[in-house]
Amino acid sequence: MLKDITLGQYFPGKSPVHQLDPRTKLIVLVGYIVALFVAKSWASYALCFGFLAVSIAISTIPVKSIVRGMKPLVLILVFTGVLNLFFTGGETVLVHFWIITITLEGVVRAVFMVVRILMLISATFLLTYTTSPISLTDGLESLLSPLKKLHVPVHELSMMMCIALRFIPTLIEETDKIMSAQKARGADFETGKLMDRVKALIPILVPLFISAFRRADELATAMECRCYQGGEGRTKMKLLRYKRWDMYAFAAGALLVAAVITLASFGL
Amino acid sequence: MTPVLEVKNLCHVYSVGTPFEHTALSDVSFCAHRGEYIGVIGHTGSGKSTLMQHLNGLLKPTSGEVLLDGKSIWADKASTRQARFRVGLVFQYPEYQLFEETVYKDIAFGPGNMGLSKEEIDRRVREAAGFVGLSESLLEVSPFDLSGGQKRRVAIAGVIAMEPEILILDEPTAGLDPSGREDILSNIDAYRQAKNATIMMVSHSMNDVAKMADRLLVMRDSLLAMDGTPEEVFRRASELVEMGLDIPEVTRVFLKLRSLGLDVPMVYTKEQAVKTLTALKGGVPNA
Repeated sequence: MLKDITLGQYFPGKSPVHQLDPRTKLIVLVGYIVALFVAKSWASYALCFGFLAVSIAISTIPVKSIVRGMKPLVLILVFTGVLNLFFTGGETVLVHFWIITITLEGVVRAVFMVVRILMLISATFLLTYTTSPISLTDGLESLLSPLKKLHVPVHELSMMMCIALRFIPTLIEETDKIMSAQKARGADFETGKLMDRVKALIPILVPLFISAFRRADELATAMECRCYQGGEGRTKMKLLRYKRWDMYAFAAGALLVAAVITLASFGL
Repeated sequence: MTPVLEVKNLCHVYSVGTPFEHTALSDVSFCAHRGEYIGVIGHTGSGKSTLMQHLNGLLKPTSGEVLLDGKSIWADKASTRQARFRVGLVFQYPEYQLFEETVYKDIAFGPGNMGLSKEEIDRRVREAAGFVGLSESLLEVSPFDLSGGQKRRVAIAGVIAMEPEILILDEPTAGLDPSGREDILSNIDAYRQAKNATIMMVSHSMNDVAKMADRLLVMRDSLLAMDGTPEEVFRRASELVEMGLDIPEVTRVFLKLRSLGLDVPMVYTKEQAVKTLTALKGGVPNA
Protein backbone atom coordinates (compact mmCIF):
# COMPACT_ATOMS: atom_id res chain seq x y z
CA MET A 1 0.00 0.00 0.00
CA LEU A 2 2.87 2.38 0.75
CA LYS A 3 4.27 1.47 -2.63
CA ASP A 4 1.32 3.17 -4.31
CA ILE A 5 2.63 6.63 -3.40
CA THR A 6 3.66 8.23 -6.67
CA LEU A 7 4.52 11.70 -5.43
CA GLY A 8 7.72 12.82 -7.08
CA GLN A 9 8.15 9.61 -9.02
CA TYR A 10 9.89 9.59 -12.35
CA PHE A 11 8.38 7.73 -15.32
CA PRO A 12 11.19 7.13 -17.79
CA GLY A 13 10.29 8.00 -21.37
CA LYS A 14 11.59 9.36 -24.63
CA SER A 15 9.05 12.09 -25.44
CA PRO A 16 10.17 15.63 -26.28
CA VAL A 17 9.01 16.72 -22.83
CA HIS A 18 11.30 14.14 -21.24
CA GLN A 19 14.20 15.34 -23.34
CA LEU A 20 13.79 19.02 -22.57
CA ASP A 21 16.55 20.62 -20.59
CA PRO A 22 15.54 20.54 -16.91
CA ARG A 23 16.23 24.27 -16.70
CA THR A 24 13.73 24.89 -19.49
CA LYS A 25 11.11 22.87 -17.68
CA LEU A 26 11.72 24.71 -14.41
CA ILE A 27 11.59 28.16 -16.00
CA VAL A 28 8.53 27.37 -18.10
CA LEU A 29 6.84 25.93 -15.03
CA VAL A 30 7.49 29.16 -13.13
CA GLY A 31 6.09 31.12 -16.07
CA TYR A 32 3.04 28.87 -16.17
CA ILE A 33 2.44 29.34 -12.43
CA VAL A 34 2.70 33.13 -12.84
CA ALA A 35 0.19 32.96 -15.68
CA LEU A 36 -2.10 30.80 -13.57
CA PHE A 37 -2.10 33.32 -10.74
CA VAL A 38 -2.51 36.32 -13.00
CA ALA A 39 -5.41 34.66 -14.79
CA LYS A 40 -8.76 36.08 -13.73
CA SER A 41 -11.14 35.02 -16.46
CA TRP A 42 -12.31 31.79 -18.02
CA ALA A 43 -10.55 32.78 -21.22
CA SER A 44 -7.13 32.94 -19.58
CA TYR A 45 -7.83 29.75 -17.66
CA ALA A 46 -8.65 28.07 -20.94
CA LEU A 47 -5.30 29.23 -22.31
CA CYS A 48 -3.45 27.78 -19.32
CA PHE A 49 -5.46 24.59 -19.59
CA GLY A 50 -4.67 24.30 -23.27
CA PHE A 51 -0.98 24.72 -22.53
CA LEU A 52 -1.13 22.03 -19.84
CA ALA A 53 -3.17 19.63 -21.99
CA VAL A 54 -0.78 19.94 -24.93
CA SER A 55 2.23 19.39 -22.65
CA ILE A 56 0.66 16.27 -21.15
CA ALA A 57 -0.28 14.99 -24.60
CA ILE A 58 3.28 15.45 -25.88
CA SER A 59 4.75 13.84 -22.76
CA THR A 60 2.73 10.61 -23.31
CA ILE A 61 2.25 10.36 -19.53
CA PRO A 62 -1.15 8.71 -19.04
CA VAL A 63 -3.67 11.11 -17.51
CA LYS A 64 -4.58 8.24 -15.17
CA SER A 65 -1.23 8.42 -13.36
CA ILE A 66 -1.55 12.16 -12.89
CA VAL A 67 -5.04 11.71 -11.46
CA ARG A 68 -3.81 8.93 -9.18
CA GLY A 69 -1.13 11.24 -7.79
CA MET A 70 -3.88 13.70 -6.80
CA LYS A 71 -5.53 11.31 -4.39
CA PRO A 72 -3.65 12.39 -1.25
CA LEU A 73 -4.60 16.00 -2.02
CA VAL A 74 -8.35 15.49 -2.20
CA LEU A 75 -8.76 16.80 1.35
CA ILE A 76 -7.00 20.09 0.57
CA LEU A 77 -9.08 20.51 -2.57
CA VAL A 78 -12.35 19.89 -0.75
CA PHE A 79 -11.29 22.21 2.04
CA THR A 80 -10.42 25.01 -0.36
CA GLY A 81 -13.62 24.53 -2.30
CA VAL A 82 -15.85 24.52 0.77
CA LEU A 83 -14.17 27.54 2.37
CA ASN A 84 -14.51 29.61 -0.77
CA LEU A 85 -18.05 28.43 -1.30
CA PHE A 86 -19.29 29.56 2.10
CA PHE A 87 -17.20 32.60 2.86
CA THR A 88 -17.44 34.60 -0.32
CA GLY A 89 -19.81 37.53 -0.09
CA GLY A 90 -21.80 38.60 -3.16
CA GLU A 91 -24.96 40.01 -4.62
CA THR A 92 -26.76 37.00 -6.02
CA VAL A 93 -27.75 34.77 -3.13
CA LEU A 94 -28.49 31.24 -4.29
CA VAL A 95 -29.13 29.48 -1.00
CA HIS A 96 -29.78 31.05 2.35
CA PHE A 97 -30.21 28.67 5.23
CA TRP A 98 -29.59 29.50 8.90
CA ILE A 99 -26.06 31.02 8.98
CA ILE A 100 -25.08 29.50 5.67
CA THR A 101 -25.23 31.68 2.62
CA ILE A 102 -24.14 30.54 -0.77
CA THR A 103 -23.77 33.18 -3.42
CA LEU A 104 -23.22 32.84 -7.13
CA GLU A 105 -19.89 34.60 -6.68
CA GLY A 106 -18.97 32.03 -4.07
CA VAL A 107 -19.70 29.13 -6.39
CA VAL A 108 -17.70 30.70 -9.20
CA ARG A 109 -14.80 31.47 -6.89
CA ALA A 110 -14.77 27.99 -5.37
CA VAL A 111 -14.65 26.40 -8.82
CA PHE A 112 -11.92 28.84 -9.85
CA MET A 113 -9.76 28.06 -6.84
CA VAL A 114 -10.12 24.29 -7.12
CA VAL A 115 -9.36 24.36 -10.84
CA ARG A 116 -6.34 26.56 -10.18
CA ILE A 117 -4.91 24.18 -7.60
CA LEU A 118 -5.61 21.18 -9.83
CA MET A 119 -3.84 22.77 -12.76
CA LEU A 120 -0.95 23.86 -10.57
CA ILE A 121 -0.44 20.37 -9.18
CA SER A 122 -0.86 18.62 -12.52
CA ALA A 123 1.89 20.78 -13.99
CA THR A 124 4.30 20.07 -11.13
CA PHE A 125 3.51 16.37 -11.43
CA LEU A 126 4.29 16.58 -15.11
CA LEU A 127 7.68 18.04 -14.19
CA THR A 128 8.59 15.32 -11.70
CA TYR A 129 7.14 12.54 -13.86
CA THR A 130 9.20 13.52 -16.89
CA THR A 131 12.42 14.60 -15.17
CA SER A 132 14.69 12.25 -13.27
CA PRO A 133 15.63 13.55 -9.81
CA ILE A 134 19.25 13.81 -10.87
CA SER A 135 18.64 16.02 -13.88
CA LEU A 136 16.14 18.05 -11.86
CA THR A 137 18.71 18.90 -9.21
CA ASP A 138 21.26 19.44 -11.95
CA GLY A 139 19.00 22.02 -13.53
CA LEU A 140 18.25 23.64 -10.20
CA GLU A 141 21.93 23.85 -9.37
CA SER A 142 22.66 25.46 -12.70
CA LEU A 143 19.81 27.97 -12.31
CA LEU A 144 20.89 28.89 -8.78
CA SER A 145 24.60 29.07 -9.58
CA PRO A 146 24.64 32.90 -9.62
CA LEU A 147 24.02 32.68 -5.87
CA LYS A 148 27.48 31.13 -5.49
CA LYS A 149 28.83 34.66 -5.66
CA LEU A 150 26.97 35.31 -2.40
CA HIS A 151 28.64 32.24 -0.86
CA VAL A 152 25.47 30.18 -0.90
CA PRO A 153 26.55 26.50 -0.99
CA VAL A 154 24.47 25.79 -4.10
CA HIS A 155 26.20 22.56 -5.06
CA GLU A 156 25.96 21.12 -1.56
CA LEU A 157 22.28 22.03 -1.34
CA SER A 158 21.49 20.42 -4.65
CA MET A 159 23.48 17.32 -3.73
CA MET A 160 21.50 17.04 -0.50
CA MET A 161 18.26 17.38 -2.40
CA CYS A 162 19.37 14.81 -4.94
CA ILE A 163 20.25 12.31 -2.23
CA ALA A 164 17.00 12.94 -0.38
CA LEU A 165 14.95 12.35 -3.53
CA ARG A 166 16.99 9.29 -4.38
CA PHE A 167 16.29 7.69 -1.01
CA ILE A 168 12.55 8.30 -0.78
CA PRO A 169 11.63 5.06 -2.62
CA THR A 170 14.31 3.15 -0.72
CA LEU A 171 12.96 4.30 2.62
CA ILE A 172 9.39 3.53 1.59
CA GLU A 173 10.44 0.01 0.67
CA GLU A 174 12.30 -0.32 3.94
CA THR A 175 9.25 0.86 5.90
CA ASP A 176 7.11 -1.70 4.10
CA LYS A 177 9.54 -4.45 4.99
CA ILE A 178 9.81 -3.48 8.64
CA MET A 179 6.03 -3.17 8.92
CA SER A 180 5.59 -6.67 7.53
CA ALA A 181 8.22 -8.04 9.87
CA GLN A 182 6.55 -6.49 12.93
CA LYS A 183 3.11 -7.59 11.75
CA ALA A 184 4.49 -11.10 11.54
CA ARG A 185 5.27 -10.73 15.24
CA GLY A 186 1.67 -9.76 15.90
CA ALA A 187 2.03 -5.97 15.88
CA ASP A 188 -1.26 -4.25 15.16
CA PHE A 189 -1.30 -0.89 13.39
CA GLU A 190 -4.92 -0.69 12.40
CA THR A 191 -6.98 -0.98 15.55
CA GLY A 192 -6.85 0.53 19.02
CA LYS A 193 -7.07 3.98 20.53
CA LEU A 194 -4.98 6.89 19.29
CA MET A 195 -2.35 6.41 22.01
CA ASP A 196 -2.04 2.70 21.22
CA ARG A 197 -1.60 3.47 17.58
CA VAL A 198 1.10 6.03 18.28
CA LYS A 199 2.87 3.51 20.49
CA ALA A 200 2.53 0.90 17.76
CA LEU A 201 4.73 3.10 15.56
CA ILE A 202 7.78 2.71 17.81
CA PRO A 203 8.66 -0.77 16.48
CA ILE A 204 8.69 0.73 12.98
CA LEU A 205 10.38 4.05 13.63
CA VAL A 206 13.32 2.77 15.67
CA PRO A 207 14.55 0.26 13.07
CA LEU A 208 13.80 2.76 10.30
CA PHE A 209 15.93 5.49 11.89
CA ILE A 210 18.73 3.07 12.62
CA SER A 211 18.79 1.87 9.05
CA ALA A 212 18.58 5.43 7.71
CA PHE A 213 21.66 6.39 9.75
CA ARG A 214 23.44 3.23 8.71
CA ARG A 215 22.69 4.02 5.06
CA ALA A 216 23.87 7.61 5.49
CA ASP A 217 27.11 6.37 6.99
CA GLU A 218 27.68 3.89 4.20
CA LEU A 219 26.88 6.46 1.55
CA ALA A 220 29.27 8.99 3.13
CA THR A 221 32.04 6.41 3.17
CA ALA A 222 31.34 5.41 -0.42
CA MET A 223 31.42 9.04 -1.52
CA GLU A 224 34.66 9.71 0.32
CA CYS A 225 36.20 6.61 -1.23
CA ARG A 226 35.59 8.26 -4.56
CA CYS A 227 37.23 11.47 -3.33
CA TYR A 228 34.07 13.55 -3.20
CA GLN A 229 34.91 17.00 -1.84
CA GLY A 230 31.94 19.14 -2.67
CA GLY A 231 31.40 21.50 -5.55
CA GLU A 232 34.79 23.21 -5.71
CA GLY A 233 36.39 22.52 -9.07
CA ARG A 234 33.97 19.71 -9.90
CA THR A 235 33.21 19.17 -13.56
CA LYS A 236 30.17 17.50 -15.07
CA MET A 237 30.00 14.49 -17.32
CA LYS A 238 26.70 15.57 -18.81
CA LEU A 239 26.71 19.27 -19.54
CA LEU A 240 23.30 20.87 -19.85
CA ARG A 241 22.69 22.33 -23.30
CA TYR A 242 19.63 24.00 -24.75
CA LYS A 243 18.37 22.38 -27.95
CA ARG A 244 15.71 23.10 -30.53
CA TRP A 245 12.78 21.84 -28.47
CA ASP A 246 13.87 24.04 -25.57
CA MET A 247 13.44 27.07 -27.81
CA TYR A 248 9.92 25.94 -28.75
CA ALA A 249 9.08 25.40 -25.08
CA PHE A 250 10.40 28.85 -24.12
CA ALA A 251 8.48 30.45 -26.95
CA ALA A 252 5.25 28.69 -25.98
CA GLY A 253 5.73 29.60 -22.32
CA ALA A 254 6.47 33.24 -23.11
CA LEU A 255 3.45 33.40 -25.39
CA LEU A 256 1.24 32.00 -22.65
CA VAL A 257 2.44 34.50 -20.04
CA ALA A 258 2.16 37.41 -22.48
CA ALA A 259 -1.34 36.40 -23.55
CA VAL A 260 -2.62 35.97 -20.01
CA ILE A 261 -1.12 39.30 -18.89
CA THR A 262 -2.59 41.08 -21.90
CA LEU A 263 -6.00 39.57 -21.19
CA ALA A 264 -5.71 40.55 -17.53
CA SER A 265 -4.82 44.13 -18.42
CA PHE A 266 -8.04 44.32 -20.41
CA GLY A 267 -9.84 43.20 -17.29
CA LEU A 268 -10.60 39.76 -18.61
CA MET B 1 -2.70 -37.66 8.90
CA THR B 2 -4.36 -34.37 8.02
CA PRO B 3 -1.99 -31.64 6.94
CA VAL B 4 -1.58 -28.66 9.29
CA LEU B 5 -1.11 -26.27 6.39
CA GLU B 6 -2.76 -26.51 3.03
CA VAL B 7 -2.30 -24.17 0.09
CA LYS B 8 -4.82 -24.44 -2.71
CA ASN B 9 -4.45 -22.89 -6.17
CA LEU B 10 -2.80 -19.78 -4.77
CA CYS B 11 -2.40 -16.87 -7.19
CA HIS B 12 -1.04 -13.42 -6.49
CA VAL B 13 -0.77 -10.46 -8.82
CA TYR B 14 0.96 -7.28 -7.72
CA SER B 15 -0.29 -3.78 -8.67
CA VAL B 16 -3.37 -4.97 -10.57
CA GLY B 17 -4.48 -2.50 -13.24
CA THR B 18 -1.25 -0.49 -13.42
CA PRO B 19 1.62 -0.62 -15.90
CA PHE B 20 3.58 -2.40 -13.15
CA GLU B 21 1.18 -5.36 -13.00
CA HIS B 22 3.15 -8.49 -12.29
CA THR B 23 2.14 -12.07 -11.51
CA ALA B 24 4.18 -13.38 -8.60
CA LEU B 25 2.35 -16.64 -7.95
CA SER B 26 0.16 -18.70 -10.21
CA ASP B 27 -1.76 -21.78 -9.16
CA VAL B 28 0.51 -22.95 -6.35
CA SER B 29 -0.80 -25.90 -4.31
CA PHE B 30 0.89 -28.03 -1.65
CA CYS B 31 0.36 -29.17 1.92
CA ALA B 32 2.63 -29.43 4.91
CA HIS B 33 2.41 -31.89 7.81
CA ARG B 34 3.52 -31.48 11.39
CA GLY B 35 7.19 -31.99 12.01
CA GLU B 36 8.13 -31.75 8.35
CA TYR B 37 11.26 -29.86 7.33
CA ILE B 38 10.63 -28.28 3.94
CA GLY B 39 13.28 -26.50 1.94
CA VAL B 40 12.10 -23.92 -0.59
CA ILE B 41 14.48 -23.15 -3.44
CA GLY B 42 14.13 -21.04 -6.54
CA HIS B 43 15.79 -18.33 -8.53
CA THR B 44 15.56 -14.70 -7.32
CA GLY B 45 12.13 -13.36 -8.27
CA SER B 46 10.54 -16.80 -8.63
CA GLY B 47 7.90 -15.97 -6.01
CA LYS B 48 9.35 -17.65 -2.92
CA SER B 49 9.09 -14.62 -0.65
CA THR B 50 5.60 -13.80 -1.92
CA LEU B 51 4.52 -17.37 -1.18
CA MET B 52 5.94 -17.20 2.34
CA GLN B 53 4.08 -13.97 3.08
CA HIS B 54 0.79 -15.59 2.16
CA LEU B 55 1.18 -18.38 4.67
CA ASN B 56 0.73 -16.13 7.71
CA GLY B 57 -1.73 -13.76 6.11
CA LEU B 58 0.57 -10.79 5.47
CA LEU B 59 -0.51 -10.82 1.83
CA LYS B 60 -4.01 -11.58 0.69
CA PRO B 61 -4.20 -13.98 -2.25
CA THR B 62 -5.64 -12.67 -5.51
CA SER B 63 -7.31 -16.05 -5.76
CA GLY B 64 -6.91 -19.39 -4.02
CA GLU B 65 -6.82 -20.33 -0.38
CA VAL B 66 -4.50 -20.90 2.54
CA LEU B 67 -5.92 -23.36 5.08
CA LEU B 68 -4.66 -23.93 8.61
CA ASP B 69 -6.09 -27.15 10.06
CA GLY B 70 -8.62 -27.10 7.24
CA LYS B 71 -9.86 -23.58 7.97
CA SER B 72 -9.16 -20.60 5.70
CA ILE B 73 -6.98 -18.00 7.38
CA TRP B 74 -9.10 -15.30 5.74
CA ALA B 75 -12.42 -16.71 7.03
CA ASP B 76 -12.67 -13.97 9.68
CA LYS B 77 -10.50 -11.44 11.49
CA ALA B 78 -9.75 -13.75 14.40
CA SER B 79 -8.46 -16.50 12.08
CA THR B 80 -6.16 -14.06 10.31
CA ARG B 81 -4.74 -12.89 13.60
CA GLN B 82 -4.38 -16.47 14.81
CA ALA B 83 -2.49 -17.29 11.61
CA ARG B 84 0.09 -14.62 12.49
CA PHE B 85 0.86 -16.43 15.73
CA ARG B 86 0.56 -20.01 14.53
CA VAL B 87 2.75 -19.40 11.50
CA GLY B 88 5.95 -17.63 12.52
CA LEU B 89 7.73 -15.80 9.73
CA VAL B 90 11.38 -14.79 9.96
CA PHE B 91 12.23 -12.35 7.18
CA GLN B 92 15.50 -11.97 5.36
CA TYR B 93 18.05 -10.08 7.46
CA PRO B 94 15.69 -10.08 10.45
CA GLU B 95 18.25 -8.27 12.61
CA TYR B 96 17.11 -4.98 11.05
CA GLN B 97 13.74 -5.24 12.79
CA LEU B 98 15.13 -5.14 16.34
CA PHE B 99 13.98 -2.06 18.23
CA GLU B 100 13.78 -2.59 21.99
CA GLU B 101 16.19 -1.45 24.68
CA THR B 102 17.11 -4.94 25.77
CA VAL B 103 17.30 -8.33 24.13
CA TYR B 104 14.74 -9.63 26.63
CA LYS B 105 12.16 -6.99 25.73
CA ASP B 106 12.67 -7.53 22.03
CA ILE B 107 12.11 -11.27 22.24
CA ALA B 108 9.06 -10.57 24.44
CA PHE B 109 7.45 -8.33 21.78
CA GLY B 110 5.75 -11.19 19.91
CA PRO B 111 4.45 -13.08 22.95
CA GLY B 112 3.36 -9.73 24.42
CA ASN B 113 1.21 -9.10 21.36
CA MET B 114 -0.43 -12.46 21.93
CA GLY B 115 -1.77 -11.22 25.25
CA LEU B 116 -0.09 -13.88 27.38
CA SER B 117 0.50 -13.62 31.13
CA LYS B 118 3.76 -12.23 32.42
CA GLU B 119 4.97 -15.60 33.70
CA GLU B 120 4.22 -17.29 30.40
CA ILE B 121 6.04 -14.55 28.48
CA ASP B 122 9.02 -14.92 30.78
CA ARG B 123 9.10 -18.69 30.28
CA ARG B 124 8.87 -18.34 26.50
CA VAL B 125 11.56 -15.67 26.27
CA ARG B 126 14.01 -17.77 28.27
CA GLU B 127 13.17 -20.90 26.34
CA ALA B 128 13.49 -19.16 22.97
CA ALA B 129 16.82 -17.63 24.02
CA GLY B 130 17.92 -21.15 24.96
CA PHE B 131 16.94 -22.56 21.57
CA VAL B 132 19.12 -20.07 19.73
CA GLY B 133 21.97 -20.34 22.21
CA LEU B 134 21.82 -16.89 23.79
CA SER B 135 23.14 -16.92 27.34
CA GLU B 136 21.16 -15.42 30.24
CA SER B 137 23.70 -12.64 30.64
CA LEU B 138 22.91 -11.35 27.14
CA LEU B 139 19.22 -10.87 27.86
CA GLU B 140 19.70 -7.52 29.59
CA VAL B 141 22.08 -6.14 26.94
CA SER B 142 20.94 -3.73 24.22
CA PRO B 143 20.47 -5.67 20.99
CA PHE B 144 22.38 -2.97 19.14
CA ASP B 145 25.57 -3.83 21.04
CA LEU B 146 25.60 -7.39 19.76
CA SER B 147 27.47 -8.86 16.83
CA GLY B 148 25.69 -9.52 13.53
CA GLY B 149 25.27 -13.23 14.18
CA GLN B 150 23.96 -12.64 17.69
CA LYS B 151 21.47 -10.04 16.43
CA ARG B 152 20.20 -12.55 13.90
CA ARG B 153 19.66 -15.07 16.67
CA VAL B 154 17.81 -12.54 18.81
CA ALA B 155 15.50 -11.83 15.87
CA ILE B 156 14.86 -15.52 15.28
CA ALA B 157 14.23 -16.01 19.00
CA GLY B 158 11.67 -13.20 18.78
CA VAL B 159 9.62 -15.34 16.40
CA ILE B 160 10.31 -18.67 18.12
CA ALA B 161 9.03 -17.16 21.39
CA MET B 162 5.55 -17.08 19.86
CA GLU B 163 5.90 -20.89 19.66
CA PRO B 164 4.55 -21.13 16.13
CA GLU B 165 3.49 -24.55 14.86
CA ILE B 166 4.94 -23.62 11.51
CA LEU B 167 8.19 -21.70 11.42
CA ILE B 168 9.11 -20.08 8.12
CA LEU B 169 12.56 -18.67 7.58
CA ASP B 170 13.62 -16.64 4.56
CA GLU B 171 17.33 -17.26 4.05
CA PRO B 172 18.19 -17.43 7.73
CA THR B 173 21.89 -17.98 7.07
CA ALA B 174 22.49 -15.25 4.47
CA GLY B 175 25.60 -13.24 5.19
CA LEU B 176 26.81 -15.35 8.13
CA ASP B 177 30.17 -17.06 8.51
CA PRO B 178 30.28 -20.89 8.23
CA SER B 179 30.16 -21.54 11.97
CA GLY B 180 27.30 -19.04 12.35
CA ARG B 181 25.39 -20.90 9.63
CA GLU B 182 25.90 -24.25 11.32
CA ASP B 183 24.72 -22.83 14.65
CA ILE B 184 21.56 -21.30 13.25
CA LEU B 185 20.67 -24.43 11.29
CA SER B 186 21.06 -26.64 14.34
CA ASN B 187 19.09 -24.11 16.47
CA ILE B 188 16.21 -24.35 14.02
CA ASP B 189 16.31 -28.12 14.02
CA ALA B 190 16.39 -28.18 17.83
CA TYR B 191 13.19 -26.12 17.87
CA ARG B 192 11.54 -28.45 15.37
CA GLN B 193 12.34 -31.53 17.42
CA ALA B 194 11.30 -30.00 20.72
CA LYS B 195 7.91 -28.73 19.51
CA ASN B 196 7.25 -31.10 16.59
CA ALA B 197 6.97 -27.93 14.51
CA THR B 198 6.91 -27.69 10.74
CA ILE B 199 9.85 -25.80 9.30
CA MET B 200 9.91 -24.10 5.90
CA MET B 201 13.27 -22.69 4.97
CA VAL B 202 13.94 -20.59 1.90
CA SER B 203 17.56 -20.92 0.95
CA HIS B 204 19.99 -20.40 -1.88
CA SER B 205 22.40 -22.88 -0.40
CA MET B 206 21.79 -26.31 -1.89
CA ASN B 207 24.15 -27.79 0.69
CA ASP B 208 22.01 -26.42 3.52
CA VAL B 209 18.69 -27.66 2.17
CA ALA B 210 20.15 -31.04 1.22
CA LYS B 211 21.41 -31.48 4.73
CA MET B 212 18.38 -30.24 6.65
CA ALA B 213 15.21 -30.71 4.65
CA ASP B 214 13.25 -33.90 4.16
CA ARG B 215 11.22 -32.35 1.37
CA LEU B 216 11.95 -29.69 -1.24
CA LEU B 217 9.71 -27.24 -3.06
CA VAL B 218 11.19 -25.70 -6.19
CA MET B 219 9.72 -22.43 -7.44
CA ARG B 220 10.15 -21.26 -10.99
CA ASP B 221 8.61 -18.16 -12.61
CA SER B 222 5.72 -17.96 -10.13
CA LEU B 223 4.94 -21.70 -10.48
CA LEU B 224 5.67 -24.58 -8.16
CA ALA B 225 7.95 -26.54 -10.48
CA MET B 226 8.88 -29.51 -8.28
CA ASP B 227 7.77 -30.96 -4.97
CA GLY B 228 9.53 -34.01 -3.59
CA THR B 229 12.29 -35.44 -1.42
CA PRO B 230 15.80 -34.04 -1.94
CA GLU B 231 16.63 -37.28 -3.71
CA GLU B 232 13.79 -36.87 -6.21
CA VAL B 233 14.58 -33.22 -6.79
CA PHE B 234 18.35 -33.45 -7.12
CA ARG B 235 17.96 -36.41 -9.48
CA ARG B 236 16.66 -33.84 -11.97
CA ALA B 237 19.96 -32.00 -11.85
CA SER B 238 19.92 -30.76 -15.43
CA GLU B 239 16.49 -29.15 -14.99
CA LEU B 240 17.69 -27.41 -11.83
CA VAL B 241 20.74 -26.03 -13.59
CA GLU B 242 18.54 -24.80 -16.41
CA MET B 243 16.47 -22.88 -13.81
CA GLY B 244 19.60 -21.11 -12.63
CA LEU B 245 19.75 -23.33 -9.54
CA ASP B 246 22.35 -25.84 -8.55
CA ILE B 247 22.88 -29.20 -6.90
CA PRO B 248 24.95 -29.79 -3.75
CA GLU B 249 28.69 -29.92 -4.32
CA VAL B 250 29.03 -33.54 -3.16
CA THR B 251 26.26 -34.57 -5.53
CA ARG B 252 28.20 -33.06 -8.38
CA VAL B 253 31.33 -34.98 -7.32
CA PHE B 254 29.39 -38.26 -7.19
CA LEU B 255 27.71 -37.61 -10.54
CA LYS B 256 31.17 -37.18 -12.03
CA LEU B 257 32.36 -40.39 -10.35
CA ARG B 258 29.41 -42.20 -11.91
CA SER B 259 30.15 -40.80 -15.33
CA LEU B 260 33.73 -42.03 -14.87
CA GLY B 261 32.31 -45.50 -14.44
CA LEU B 262 32.38 -45.94 -10.65
CA ASP B 263 29.25 -47.64 -9.35
CA VAL B 264 28.17 -45.28 -6.57
CA PRO B 265 24.65 -44.26 -5.52
CA MET B 266 23.45 -40.64 -5.66
CA VAL B 267 24.57 -38.72 -2.62
CA TYR B 268 23.35 -35.36 -1.27
CA THR B 269 25.15 -34.65 1.99
CA LYS B 270 28.64 -34.86 3.31
CA GLU B 271 27.61 -37.49 5.86
CA GLN B 272 26.20 -39.77 3.16
CA ALA B 273 29.34 -39.24 1.12
CA VAL B 274 31.61 -40.27 3.98
CA LYS B 275 29.50 -43.39 4.57
CA THR B 276 29.46 -44.40 0.92
CA LEU B 277 33.16 -43.87 0.45
CA THR B 278 34.16 -45.78 3.60
CA ALA B 279 31.88 -48.62 2.57
CA LEU B 280 33.59 -48.64 -0.82
CA LYS B 281 36.96 -48.91 0.88
CA GLY B 282 35.52 -51.86 2.79
CA GLY B 283 35.89 -50.15 6.13
CA VAL B 284 33.44 -49.25 8.87
CA PRO B 285 32.58 -45.57 9.35
CA ASN B 286 33.99 -44.43 12.64
CA ALA B 287 32.08 -41.22 13.04
